Amino acid sequence: MATLKIRNLRKGFDTIEIIKGIDLDIHDREFVVFVGPSGCGKSTLLRLIAGLEDVTSGTLELDGRDITEISPAKRDLAMVFQTYALYPHMTVRKNMSFALDLAGIAKREVDRKVEEAARILELGHLLDRKPRQLSGGQRQRVAIGRAIVRHPKIFLFDEPLSNLDAALRVQMRLELARLHQELKATMIYVTHDQVEAMTLATKVVVLNAGRIEQIGSPLELYHQPANLFVAGFLGTPKMGFLKARVVQTSSTATDIELAAGPRLRLPFEGSQLAVGSEVTLGIRPEHLVIDPNGQLPVTTDVTERLGSDTYCHMVTASDEPLTVRVPGDFAAAYGESLKLALDISHCHLFDTRGYAVSRVLQQAA
Amino acid sequence: MNATTLKSTAPTSLPNQTHPAHPHRRKSPGWLLVSPSVALLLLWMIVPLGMTVYFSLIRYNLLYPGENDFVGLENFEYFVTDTGFMPGMTNTVLLVGSVLLISVVLGVLISALLEATEFWGRGIVRVLLISPFFIMPTVSALIWKNLIFHPVSGILAAVWKFFGAQPVDWLATHPLLSIILIVSWQWLPFAILILMTAMQSLDQEQKEAARLDGAGPLAIFWHLTLPHLARPIAVVVMIETIFLLSVFAEIFTTTNGGPGFASTNLAYLIYTQALLQFDVGMASAGGLIAVVIANIAAIILVRMLGKNLTDKA
Repeated sequence: MATLKIRNLRKGFDTIEIIKGIDLDIHDREFVVFVGPSGCGKSTLLRLIAGLEDVTSGTLELDGRDITEISPAKRDLAMVFQTYALYPHMTVRKNMSFALDLAGIAKREVDRKVEEAARILELGHLLDRKPRQLSGGQRQRVAIGRAIVRHPKIFLFDEPLSNLDAALRVQMRLELARLHQELKATMIYVTHDQVEAMTLATKVVVLNAGRIEQIGSPLELYHQPANLFVAGFLGTPKMGFLKARVVQTSSTATDIELAAGPRLRLPFEGSQLAVGSEVTLGIRPEHLVIDPNGQLPVTTDVTERLGSDTYCHMVTASDEPLTVRVPGDFAAAYGESLKLALDISHCHLFDTRGYAVSRVLQQAA
Repeated sequence: MNATTLKSTAPTSLPNQTHPAHPHRRKSPGWLLVSPSVALLLLWMIVPLGMTVYFSLIRYNLLYPGENDFVGLENFEYFVTDTGFMPGMTNTVLLVGSVLLISVVLGVLISALLEATEFWGRGIVRVLLISPFFIMPTVSALIWKNLIFHPVSGILAAVWKFFGAQPVDWLATHPLLSIILIVSWQWLPFAILILMTAMQSLDQEQKEAARLDGAGPLAIFWHLTLPHLARPIAVVVMIETIFLLSVFAEIFTTTNGGPGFASTNLAYLIYTQALLQFDVGMASAGGLIAVVIANIAAIILVRMLGKNLTDKA
């Protein structure tokens, strides 16, 4: 069992506040991913949990025990660093057993634990090598092994895959997901890569400027972003945003006029919106269709061909960029005038302050 | 050692001077371009060495000009059987060994402390720690002789008197120890300089990983910092050994090698042969012996520590 309760956690360096009050519950066996742009405080938050930074105010509670002021070694957490931080002059075996040796655990027991971790990570044949004789992926696995042997309550990962090349990153991502299943462990994972966040997490925490923007499962965040930031951050290519003005509201529908021209009637709860206020319509590339009878006139910009799909970048009459997903063999000429049909049921509407307006009929995503 | 350094440095420094090679010599322009510097360096080394070898094989005493007949290895025999030879050798070994020990051990401890603690004025302390290295040997020896060791006006004498003890005439009663202290004071900054910069390159994440693994400051020092410092320590030992074998000014300005031969090292012994006894032949023989000893030391060091240097992580 491992549950972590974070209550009103704050951290400032000198006068600058990095973490501006975080409240978060992490439950047993969850794979929690902290994601956000660089400088949002996600690594600092992880280091606060690990105990590598001192908390300015707030509390951390692990399984009912207050660990806010406890030294990192006694928190029962293990961390995997971005640069792996292997001890260069020690063999793989010694790297993995270091913590256990320091704790004065019997040699037999240490050997058994190291062998077991090595088996899980397929490192058995590398145990007597030095870190410099290993490839990036192997070093990564040793770093994970060093965490596993300690049987920590929570594993902490600080951007562990960002030093690997693209192919290896995909492979390690799968291995991490498998490891989470196999160890039945609680994991906290920091990344700036929203693909890693989406694929690994059972719970994603989107951070921005030291605050939590939204917490939820990957698909929840994808389909029901709480605000403009989360909507724009998750998903590749990004969600398209169109400026609009509220024309008419009712409790079952909101009529808006896009800056790009057309008027739309959307199934959103309009009672909160003032007529005439500025709103933003969000729509993902897969919910736009090129259609001669569509409402929205656009001009094609560049196209990105991925083989299976093609992403057409478009510009609206109001000079706002939009991306459309079309079949891989779609032919689009630069500067061509087209019309787009919007899938109204998958639109997102954000009010003047950037918060999502709730939908009238909660439709299955 | 010289040959390898030449090979490795010369070609990298030369590509800038791109003289067009003559057509009929196109086969090996690299060698040709390197040859002037190789020739110069070779002459630089060969001519003095050759002259020393020549002087060591003839009778060459400045008091008896003109009697320069060939004497074979007689000069070497006299030098080795000289009463000053054994004390000179012992003192050289003691001096080099003690200064190495003091500068490496204190250097590691001081730079570790300096790295581990944050305090106001750390930058100034760093500069102060390194500054003795920039004082020329004669000056620092004179400072120690007159301001610290002097039995009447020295600071140590004042301390001894404060506690009611009889002041010690350091240079007369503990000549070698005094020299070791002076030379250590000069070379400790060098060790600190190298070790401090090396310590700054220790990966912070490794330390953090060790902290999470339950390592305290001492365990981190022992398991991470010291192994990390193995290579810079090897550098300090090698460089200091080469310079410490030839310590001279400190002895010349303080004890003059005495009393007796109590603080005479090999370099000072050669000096006394050449310029106090005017026996250039015997001094040359001593010089060659010193060259051989320095090379033996270099080979042993390269064998022992060189692996540390080339064994790139």
